[in-house]
Formats: sequence, structure tokens, C-alpha cells
Amino acid sequence: MMDLIKRATELLESDAVKVVIGYGKGSSTDRTRAIFVTQVADCENLVFNSQCIHNLAVYLTKAEIKKLGKPAIVAPVPVLRSILQLAAENQLTENDLVILGVTPESQLIEFESFAGIETFLDTHRIKIDQKYQETIEKIRSMPVAERFAWWVKELEPCFKCYACRSACPLCYCTRCTVENNQPQWISVASHPLGNLEWHVMRAMHLAGRCTDCEACYNACPMGIPIHLLTKSMLQDVNENFGTYGPTLKKDNTLSSFKPDDKESFIR
Amino acid sequence: MSEFEPKIIAFVCNWCTYAGADLTGTSRIKYAQNVKIIRFPCTGRIDFMLLLKSFSEGADGIIVSGCHPNDCHYTSGNFHARRRWIMFRGLLDLLGIDVRRIQYSWVSAAEGSKWADVVNSTVATIRELGPYTDYAKVAGYLEKEAKL
Repeated sequence: MMDLIKRATELLESDAVKVVIGYGKGSSTDRTRAIFVTQVADCENLVFNSQCIHNLAVYLTKAEIKKLGKPAIVAPVPVLRSILQLAAENQLTENDLVILGVTPESQLIEFESFAGIETFLDTHRIKIDQKYQETIEKIRSMPVAERFAWWVKELEPCFKCYACRSACPLCYCTRCTVENNQPQWISVASHPLGNLEWHVMRAMHLAGRCTDCEACYNACPMGIPIHLLTKSMLQDVNENFGTYGPTLKKDNTLSSFKPDDKESFIR
Repeated sequence: MSEFEPKIIAFVCNWCTYAGADLTGTSRIKYAQNVKIIRFPCTGRIDFMLLLKSFSEGADGIIVSGCHPNDCHYTSGNFHARRRWIMFRGLLDLLGIDVRRIQYSWVSAAEGSKWADVVNSTVATIRELGPYTDYAKVAGYLEKEAKL
């Protein structure tokens, strides 16, 4: 993608940014990986194609990357959504970041402001795939005990590598409950109780914040369908509170309320 | 075999339901003894994980109760809690954790009889559902492994 390389070169040459966070060649021909370009000469390593599935927004909040100086970031739609959510949570400031957006048609589109991203995303809303909707429907229609057994089995391979957490741009706490071992709140052993509790906690902490980028699922070495949890919660948010996807309004589902929120299960 | 006695944990807020439960006592209203009450400053303080922990420690049912909407001592704690419960309930339901075992209610400090009602009906529901062995099996996994 020549535009991207050209613009990255310009930015680094003029010293407008110190690092370009983008995609580079991976370990095999069908993979890409994140690269951090700090030298003009390295700009030619930037690539963009359909294999660029990592959510690069995850690096924006990392101390190691912040240390490099002002970044420019290559941002396809899922990354833009994460950036918007991070902005709504006061994790990013507009002037400390150059956003090299990439449209689904692979056109470069640079954003001057977060509001610009918001307008752009209005026409690129989150849509949960039909096949996922059907899977969630199928799970929900099982009898309760069967559903429980299904999930215990699905979660069984989990050995708490926390790749799902590391890959998620919105899991940016520098200290996490699971690292706390006095007392050990969630067991680190790979056994069903700890697995269940970890995935409940992860999903709950992303309730109403998740932007459905599937980075967690892509990162999972065991291919556990943890994205079904967050997708289902996204549907729940939509059904109950009528919001879907990130906005600049600082009213995340669980940090705000309406006095007339409706439920049907409280006596 | 003696009849199954459900173990029920109640997470209640200090300002409404706890006072309401006190009133149940001072009004000499009798209710099921199966409930163990844990007092919290506010329903907004009740971490969802505490509910899961109760199940893994052997609870068969849970009651979560606090001030009616607009009555929160801290203005909005119960509103936030309500949203959290809506989301949590959806997630538990997807995971196959039996949401019928968690009873949410609003009980004010003046509703002593409602508290007795909530406890009695929850005990009856759980008695019907039986002990929560599905979750206990998962929770006891390590101990069972050790015994083998």
C-alpha cells in the first residue's frame, strides 16, 4: 500500500511522529505482525492486506510504546472503534496521536479528531455475524444443565495464559485481579472453576465496552470461543440499553444509568 | 433421608434491606432459617464475583437485595447495581448457570413482611430445584483430583 508508506515516511521525516505502529510481514506468508517503525528507511516494511487482523490499538496504552514518543497508528475499522472507546475512557488525547485510518476498501483516510472517527464509524456500525447470532441462539436454547456442561467443556483447554487479556485494547489495567495471590481470588490452575470464573470476570469487565474486534479469540492459542461471551453481552446491551458500539459520550453501560432502566426479574 | 435444607446467602444493603430484615425480627414475623445474611454498605458494592464465590462455597441459592430505585443512601448505587445485574444475569444465563437460583429484590426498611416473603419464596424455589450439584462438582474438581 504505497499511500501508507508515503505518508509514514513523511511523518517520520518531518519528525511529526516518533514511531509508526503498523503491520509488517509475519513469520509465514499467510501472517502479518505488528511492527514499530522508528526509522524512515524501515517504512517500506509496512504492509496492509486482509491478514492484518491484530488490533494495534492495544499498543497505544502500553508503557513501552508510550516511551518511544508520539505515535502514528495504522487503523482499520476495528482499531478505529477501539481508539474511540479508549478516547471515551480518557485513555488517549487527540494531539498525541496520528491516526492513519484504513477504510474497508483499503483507502487511506487520516483523522484529525476523535469526532471525525465517530462520524466515520456512524456509517460502519458493528454488526454481529449471522453465524454467531445463530450459535448464540443455539446455546441459549439448550437446557440449563446441558449449556453449563457445554461451556465447562469448551473452557477446559484454557490454561490461563491471559493472551485474551493481552490482546484486548480495552484490558489496559496495569494491575489485574488475577495477578493478586494474597488471597488468590481466581485460581490460576487449569481447572473448570478457575476457568469459568476468569472468563466471567473478563466478560463482565468488558460489558458495554467491548467493540467486537475478536482480538481475544484470535489470540487464544486453544481457539476457545470466548468472543461468544462478549458478542452475547453486546446484544444484551443493545436490547436493554439501546446502545451498540463505541461513541465519544462518556456513558459506558456499567458506569452510567437511567432511572427508568427496565428489567423483569427484581421483586 | 432427611429433607434437603437449602443453603442461601443473602447480600443485602445496610440502609434498606438489612434494616428491613431487622424489622422482620422485631415484628416477630417468622421466616425460613436457611438464609445467611451478609451486610454491604450498598448494592452497588456487591461485586458479581461474590455471587459466583457463594456458589463455589456451596450455596444453593442467593438473594441480592437493596433499596428501591430512588431510595439509595448514596443516591445512585442501586441504579448502577441494577445495570450490572441485567448484564450479569444475561451472561450467567448464556453460560448455563441457573439464574433461577439468584433472587433479586428491593426491600425497604419498612418492608419487614416483604423480606420474610422474599426469603420464604426463595427457599421454596430452591427446595424445588434441589442442591446445586452442577456447580459444586465444578468447584470441587481439585479436591476430587487430590483424592484419586
